[in-house]
Formats: sequence, C-alpha cells, structure tokens
Amino acid sequence: MDQPLPLAEIAHSHLTFVEGFALDCGVTLPALTVAFRTYGTLNSERSNAVLVCHALTGDQYVAEISPVTGKGGWWDLVIGPGRPIDTDRFFVICANVLGGCMGSTGARSPKDDGSGDRWGTDFPPVTIRDMVRAQKRLIDHLGITRLFAVLGGSMGGMQVLQWAASYPECVFAALPIATAAYHSAQNIAFHEVGRQAIFADPHWNNGQYWRDGLIPARGLAVARMCAHITYLSEEALTRKFGRRLQNAPKDAGEVMSLFGEMFEVESYLRHQGSTFVQRFDANAYLTITRACDFFDLAADYDGDLANAFRGTRTRFLLASFSSDWLYPTAASRSIARALNRAGANVSFVEFPTDKGHDAFLLDEPDFHRTLAGFVRGCAMHAGLPG
Amino acid sequence: MTTLDPVRFVAKNMRLDLELIARTIAPGSRVLDIGCGDGALIEKLFHEKGCDARGIEIDMAEVTQAVAHGLPVMHGDADVDLAHYPDAAFDYVVLSRTLQAVEQPRSVLRQMLRIGTRAVVSFPNFGHWLVRWQLLSTGRMPMTTTWSRPWHETPNIHPCTIRDFFDLCANEGYVVETWMAIDDAGGRAPWRRFPRLANLFGEQGLFVLRRA
Repeated sequence: MDQPLPLAEIAHSHLTFVEGFALDCGVTLPALTVAFRTYGTLNSERSNAVLVCHALTGDQYVAEISPVTGKGGWWDLVIGPGRPIDTDRFFVICANVLGGCMGSTGARSPKDDGSGDRWGTDFPPVTIRDMVRAQKRLIDHLGITRLFAVLGGSMGGMQVLQWAASYPECVFAALPIATAAYHSAQNIAFHEVGRQAIFADPHWNNGQYWRDGLIPARGLAVARMCAHITYLSEEALTRKFGRRLQNAPKDAGEVMSLFGEMFEVESYLRHQGSTFVQRFDANAYLTITRACDFFDLAADYDGDLANAFRGTRTRFLLASFSSDWLYPTAASRSIARALNRAGANVSFVEFPTDKGHDAFLLDEPDFHRTLAGFVRGCAMHAGLPG
Repeated sequence: MTTLDPVRFVAKNMRLDLELIARTIAPGSRVLDIGCGDGALIEKLFHEKGCDARGIEIDMAEVTQAVAHGLPVMHGDADVDLAHYPDAAFDYVVLSRTLQAVEQPRSVLRQMLRIGTRAVVSFPNFGHWLVRWQLLSTGRMPMTTTWSRPWHETPNIHPCTIRDFFDLCANEGYVVETWMAIDDAGGRAPWRRFPRLANLFGEQGLFVLRRA
C-alpha cells in the first residue's frame, strides 16, 4: 500500500470554551473545543432542538457533504428536509465527539502547554460521559435548556443513554439505536485486535507518527477491516460477495494469489481499509475505541441499569436490527427491560434485515417510518407546533 | 427449526370489544395493554380519556405499525416481560382476547394484578352453545368463526369458559368488580344475573378484577 497523506488540516466550525474541562480520569483539559454543525432553525421558544450523536468513526457532517471525503452526509436518509428528523421542523445539532479527529479536542489538538506539540498518545483517556458533558457545554452555550430529542446509533446510542441518565430533565425523547448499555467482552476483543494492528504498524512510532509526516496506515486499515466485518452479517457478505473471485492487482506482492486471483470480499475489505485511513486519525481511533470499551452505564448506578433512569419522564425508542451481532437485539431488549423496571415510557422495535449492524445507516424504510412516527408522537406530547 | 409467526386470536368485532373495555377505564388512568396489536385501544384511551396508555405486543409487524403511528408500544411477551415492571405501576392492565393464547394464564394474571391495581381481561368463551353442540354432535374439535383454526394450528392453547374463569378468580382470591358476557354481535348480553346462561350464550367474557 502506498503511504497515504496524513489527515488534512481542515477548518471545522467550532466553539472553544476556555475554562477548564474536567475529565472522568481526573485530568483537566485547559480548554475544550467542540466542532459542530447545525441544520434547520431554532424556534423562538428554543424547544425544537434535536441532538444527533455520531458513532465511532462518524463526524458532525450528518446531513451535508463532508469536506474530508466529499461524500454526502452519513445520515442523509434520516436527517434533512422531509426526512424522519425533518430539518424544516427541527433544529438539528451534531458535534464531533471529544477525542475525535474532526475539529473537537483530541489527540491531534495542540497541547496548549506552549510547546506547540500535539497531544498524541498523551491525550488523556476519555469516557462516553466526558463526550456527553462536552456536548452539554455546547447545548448550554446555545441557550437550549431542553432538547426535544437526542438520537444516535451504535456509540451514538451509548451517548444517548448517557444523556438520558445524566440530564433527564434536558431530554424529552431519547432514541438509542442499535446499541448497548455496556461493551461486552466480545466487543472489547474486536477493538483490541484493531488497536494491536495499529501498534504493530512500522510507522506507529509510539504514537508520534506525525513527526515524520507519516501515518500508521497499514495498521489503521487492518483495524478498520476487522471492525468492518463486525458491522456486516454473514448473510450480507454472502449476498454481496459469496466466494466470487476477481483478478488480483498487478502489484500484488502482498496477495496470497492462486492463479492471479483474489476473493471479492478481500478486495472489498482492502478498499474499506484504504479509504478509512484517508479520513481518520489513528490516535483518535485508539481514544474512542477505549471510551466505548469502558462504557458500562449500570456500573455507575450500583450495577442496576434501572437506577440510571428512575423517575425519568423521557420517552424512549429502542430500535435494533435482527442481523446485528455487534449490538444484538438482546442488548436493546435488556435496556428496554431496565427502563420498564424504572417505570419509563418505552417503545422497542426490532427490524428484520440481513444488513447487520450497518443497517441503522442504510435504507431501511420500516425503520425510517417508525422513527418518523415516534418523533411525530413525541412532538404532539411535547406540545410542539405542527 | 423454523419459528412460526405468532398467530393472533382474531376477534369478530374488535371495535366493539375495545369500546366495551374502554368504558371500564377511568379517565386519566395509567394503562398497560398487553397484546395491544396495532395499538387501537391505546390510541383511543389517549385521545378520548387522556390516559397514559402503553402497550406490549409479541407480533413485531404490529409493534412497528403501532410505533410508526406514534404510540408507545414495545415488543414483548406477556409470559416473560411482565416480570420487569414495578409493583402498582399502572391503574389498569388490560389483556384483551389474549389470555387463552399465553403459556401460563395463572401467572400472567398474577403479574397483571401485581403491576396494576385492576386487571381488565376479555377472552372468548369456550362454553358457548355452538362450541358445545359441535363437540357433542360431531365428536370433533369445534370450528366456529371464533374458534376458527384446526386444533393443531391454533395459538389458543388455554381455552376456558366463563364459569371456569369465575372459579380461577375465586381460587386465586381476586375480586370480580364487574363482569359481562358479550354476544355474537359484540354487544353486551343481558345475562348479568345468570352466569350459567351467560356461559351458554356469551361469545366472550369481559372481567374487571382487583386484588382482595
């Protein structure tokens, strides 16, 4: 693989809070930058705000062309005019997570210690709760006291759960999608394979790779390939690729080729890996996978998830996908049951699909119809003008 | 092994059944509807009585329909999911034409009266004269518009009669606050004082129970 260029420095719209930002790990960041995008118009009562929380490798460009990849927003199907979250009606906010690499404070940010150095691997470990606290700063700054809805899939769903637990009065409706209330040993195991691949890259340079203008591209690509398998289902892989072969590339020194051929699925995964390294930073990948792994919401509430939601008046929609084995339906069901124990108002639907975990990002008409209906119902209960 | 789609008991006159159930529920109550289908009762109770009504449904297509309609419904199974609700969380827990299809009717009833102050239960009456007549005259399992599936296909694994249900309530120590038999047209049948006649002519029974 050719050595790709380091992730481009792009100016992302952002706010910087200069007062210190205390993290769960005990470190206080001297300043906090939150890069974010908004869509639609905040009404005069400031009652129509919807916060979207992005997944592990997502970003704030939820419903517009990404300045990094040049591709459309990652949730164009859900957010936009006439979409289930209708930006003609709602004011949608999406912020790059703390620890990310799209403009919010993270390992790529300067250390602010006068050295001009980046944080790199010195960046302190962050938690999902830290990410949510950073978003809360932004929401407070925007003068929004109650979010009409907070939604997100995968790691975004973890943030939604944390929002509902930490700031119940600020969340009218919560939509944790294809997610879990804690990372299982299997989830952690897959992340660890990815991290080890990054560490093993010859350009890793103890996390100081930028000093040589290099990136641990090979390791990061392998991490992505491994993770990408977990986002799909066996059925979907079989449907898309089966055992079909294609011609191997000519410069195929690294191809275990028999008769000059390779499997289509191999080619597909390599493509996923090589495009990923052009848009994501290895240290950010380490920071964020770690945040997911340490997520265990019940642990903060005496081991009972119901305690996280006692007395809540938030309306919940839990949605899962039948072929998702990364955050399976059972994980959503156990959250739904904890919410029942807490007496919360909860809707819970599983959508039949063979697309695996990624289904939450894809064209799933029943899912989108259900999102729209749930949001419409909540808007009526919240007394939002139609 | 293939999993069979859950088969719902089809009411002859669902609208009237729900209408009669809705009449038993006080305005502004907290209600849980078990086996709520597409959520018709929940919607009715919310719009007409200002109730905080929620539902559980086992058929995922119905759940999707209900939530897409803006109603708070979750996928769940009466036999296992009621255990996850706190005591006295609801004023009414409704089980409409579903009792005969659950695995453990006695424990479902017990759960209903744990999590709710009152239980509203409707079920098709296996003591109806047509059912009796068919069994007597043909010696075969009855097939009527209400009991419309062959014995090996039916989801209705625990049929009972109105008199059986009175017995169960007595054994379990539940107070029958009100009850009625509903005739074939779905209207209230006039056998309030004669349970034996109700058990012969009632197409279904509707009971409101509370703990003693």
